[in-house]
Amino acid sequence: MEMIQECLGARAENGLISLSTQTWAVQHFGLTFPAVEEAILELNLLPARYQRNQRSLSCRQQLSLFRSKVAVIGCGGLGGYIIEELTRIGIGHITVVDPDTFEEHNLNRQLFSKLDNLGQPKVAVAADRIKEINPAVTIVPVQDAFTAANGREIIEKIDVVADALDSIPLRLELAEVCEKCNIPLVHGSVGGWYGQVATQFPGEGTLQKIYFRYSGERGVEKDLGNLSFVVAVIASMEVSEIVKILLGEGSTLRGKMLALNLLDTEFTEVAF
Amino acid sequence: MKVTVKLFASLRKNRFAVDDFDYQEGATVGHILASLNIPEGEAAIIFINGRHAEADSLLKEGDLLAIFPPVGGG
Repeated sequence: MEMIQECLGARAENGLISLSTQTWAVQHFGLTFPAVEEAILELNLLPARYQRNQRSLSCRQQLSLFRSKVAVIGCGGLGGYIIEELTRIGIGHITVVDPDTFEEHNLNRQLFSKLDNLGQPKVAVAADRIKEINPAVTIVPVQDAFTAANGREIIEKIDVVADALDSIPLRLELAEVCEKCNIPLVHGSVGGWYGQVATQFPGEGTLQKIYFRYSGERGVEKDLGNLSFVVAVIASMEVSEIVKILLGEGSTLRGKMLALNLLDTEFTEVAF
Repeated sequence: MKVTVKLFASLRKNRFAVDDFDYQEGATVGHILASLNIPEGEAAIIFINGRHAEADSLLKEGDLLAIFPPVGGG
């Protein structure tokens, strides 16, 4: 390991290690890409891909993100953007969970859907996309529906869970499993021009409070559908919450919900 | 008694964003939902003066009632 560190240190330029050097180190030392990424960050150097993160995230914070595990439950509209952003920010482990395959009606908003992958499993497409963007990310694809029965096994080693589901009862199950496993959950949901984001820490029961009056499976999206830009905004806000939780930085929506109305450009925060 | 009602998201369609109403003393959230033709299932989150409320919660003079529909898509 000392030899690797010396070699990396000698090849750093302004504290940055280029992708070609990182790839060379992988081949030269017979290591995995994630192992080299960790070695770079431990030297307080930065893979050059994160150069534009540098003024907002320190090397130490980038290392914290690399050592973090996030599960994205649902790989549709919200899930696609969440996975993309987690991959680019440099989260080291991403578990992606979804039972479905891409269909034509996904094309209006689901980032990873395209003409030539209709019919393919969403988690397999997401895993390929992650590999194409950032080979330092370890991916765990789970092509299955998240339930109370398999949920604990899927998320027990996870640091933060992202809710990207499209069903209210499944969300409540997810929230309960997160409570039992003592894991923070970042909730997001969308419908038409509207969306909401909330952060639940164990013991707070925020999702129960959000949906306790509602017994159906779907909300306003049943009539209004889902729009691409609303999905992207809510997904991005979820990622922002996840990163703040992982780094212990800033102020989150813990115990609160932010309701977005993009038609009237109104953001409303409520506290539970 | 005067109560200000604020509706969120799609509940505004064919109704209003915010308006003042006169209700009889003893009116509950349920009465107000019925007067506005909002089915109970379409009012997922209810706040009175920023505090979480339920269908049988009583309103009083000057209260602000906020009603959100369920949003569940992904």
